[in-house]
Amino acid sequence: MKRPGLKFLLASMVLVACAIPALPARAQGLTLDVVNGIPSAIPITIVPFGFESSTQPPATDVAAVIQDDMVRCGKFRTLTGSDIVEHPTHAGQIHFSTWKLLKQDYLVIGRERLVGHGQIRVAYELWNVTAQKKMLAGAYNAVPEELRGVAHQIADRIYQAITGQPGAFYTRIAYVTTTGSGKSMQWSLVVADSDGHHPQVVVRSRQPLLSPAWSPDGKQLAYVSFESGDSAIYIQNLSTGQRRLISGRKGINGAPAFSPGGKRLAMMLSFGGSPEIYVENLSTGQLTQVSHNLSINAEPRWMPDGQALVFTSDRSGKPQLYTEPVGGGGATRLTFQGEYNSNAAVNFDGSQIAMMQGMGNVYRIAIMDRKLDNQMRFISPGPLDESPSFAPNGSMLLYASTDNNGHGVLYEVADNGSVRQRLSLVNGGVQSPAWGPYRIPPASQGN
Amino acid sequence: MNILSRISLAALLCVGLAACASKQEVKPTPPAPPPPAAPTQTAPVSNGKFTPADLETNACLMKRKIYFDFDKSNIKPEFDDIVACHAKYLVDNPGARVTLEGNTDPRGSREYNLGLGERRAKSVEQAMEALGASASQFNVVSYGKERLVCHQMTHACWAKDRRVDIVYTKTE
Repeated sequence: MKRPGLKFLLASMVLVACAIPALPARAQGLTLDVVNGIPSAIPITIVPFGFESSTQPPATDVAAVIQDDMVRCGKFRTLTGSDIVEHPTHAGQIHFSTWKLLKQDYLVIGRERLVGHGQIRVAYELWNVTAQKKMLAGAYNAVPEELRGVAHQIADRIYQAITGQPGAFYTRIAYVTTTGSGKSMQWSLVVADSDGHHPQVVVRSRQPLLSPAWSPDGKQLAYVSFESGDSAIYIQNLSTGQRRLISGRKGINGAPAFSPGGKRLAMMLSFGGSPEIYVENLSTGQLTQVSHNLSINAEPRWMPDGQALVFTSDRSGKPQLYTEPVGGGGATRLTFQGEYNSNAAVNFDGSQIAMMQGMGNVYRIAIMDRKLDNQMRFISPGPLDESPSFAPNGSMLLYASTDNNGHGVLYEVADNGSVRQRLSLVNGGVQSPAWGPYRIPPASQGN
Repeated sequence: MNILSRISLAALLCVGLAACASKQEVKPTPPAPPPPAAPTQTAPVSNGKFTPADLETNACLMKRKIYFDFDKSNIKPEFDDIVACHAKYLVDNPGARVTLEGNTDPRGSREYNLGLGERRAKSVEQAMEALGASASQFNVVSYGKERLVCHQMTHACWAKDRRVDIVYTKTE
């Protein structure tokens, strides 16, 4: 990595200076803990990596980061601590009989050493225990601060080698934190690694911030800020901190969503009298109204082909999900089960639509499977769950919830609901999560 | 919670009525009352106008919150008096400006609730305009569920969140 972190830090400091002076850009970290165990999943052991130089090993435990990734995606279970009875770091040291006895299907080993310029070389191998075959091997060069990123990239490759699907651990998430109360309340828009590490403040405000949305290349965030006294939509470049006002029209300027190609922005705007869905061409500024209905039309999300939007409307009384071609042609209702369906999230191929579904006073995250007759499955327990957001490979989701003290917390959950991980702030709330796209690894790390 | 809020609303209503009554008492009675001309005494319209000072003293005008039912934006009858006295203030003071801030409780999605908050604020605006206030006197802002006043997970708490705040940005 070419230290995007540092660049980012500087960028956000510039921004902070404009809004509220003299605040550190590094955000308070979220605390993580796995909520559910997992009964049946693929057994894999990540053996602690060896350190082969004579200096102090780096603080980051690469094997532990990989292991956490494998567990939180809900598809694997791992051996930990003293259950890892042998510690091979090279292929010749593996006793396959040991791992067969421990009923392990896969084994990951690795080693690290200093290679100059402050860099560490991390080499790893993935072995199929039953076949006694090497499935994967590779190496990265990185400075110590980038080792978590390297570990996530290794986890992605392991995930793909075993499941056939790309991994999405080496990604980032955006969310909003709230601290303080009353007049001293502060909102911060934060970007962090997919496991909540390395939080960086993008913008802070004494007025509400909400609805962050990633551009498909991961370089920009669109969001809603009330800093002017009313809602306005901005797009901000994450590396330079520069931002531009996209819509500060009368009424609601809400729920921005980049088109899959990144050239258009869907929004919810009420300048015409009631909230409707619009699409703006970001290069020409041309605005097109998509929905035409005197109800609340909110939360547009793009279908992966960029031809249609999914949005929330209460035209039939209660909020339900609808879809409508971007070029117009009328809305089609998508949801018929549940009193209250809103907050749609669409997975990478459009086959799954997640939403918040309310029944009575319980709001849970449901996923509608469009390949299975629109069957609904619930992946969260409620009672106040909202804002689902898919990882780019669709294997996990982020959503927001409210704890018993009224504090916002986030959960990362496997798409089968088997494992949940809570992301919470020690002295405040977390809300409005948005999972970013795949990242391009920096070329300097080699492989 | 319904009972609780009804009680407090009823109390509000009483205070409102009392305030209107006491307001007229406070008005300086014109000196040298003319000989008994009963009909003219009843409506001293020119003297019955609200002034900026009343915003701090008049019990009805001091009430600046209209509460709503879940996922609803209709103004409940118990708030008619509050809407009416603020509408009268705006009529009496054409230079006055208010921002109506629409809010929801934490249930429901964040962006849909922006729409719901706006619908509530517009419902108050329309009611006041029907009583003679001018459209140019209003600014509507919806905060949705971004400005909760209460952070417990109870119905009583949520009832306080579902509100329109009447904020005077210019009093005359």
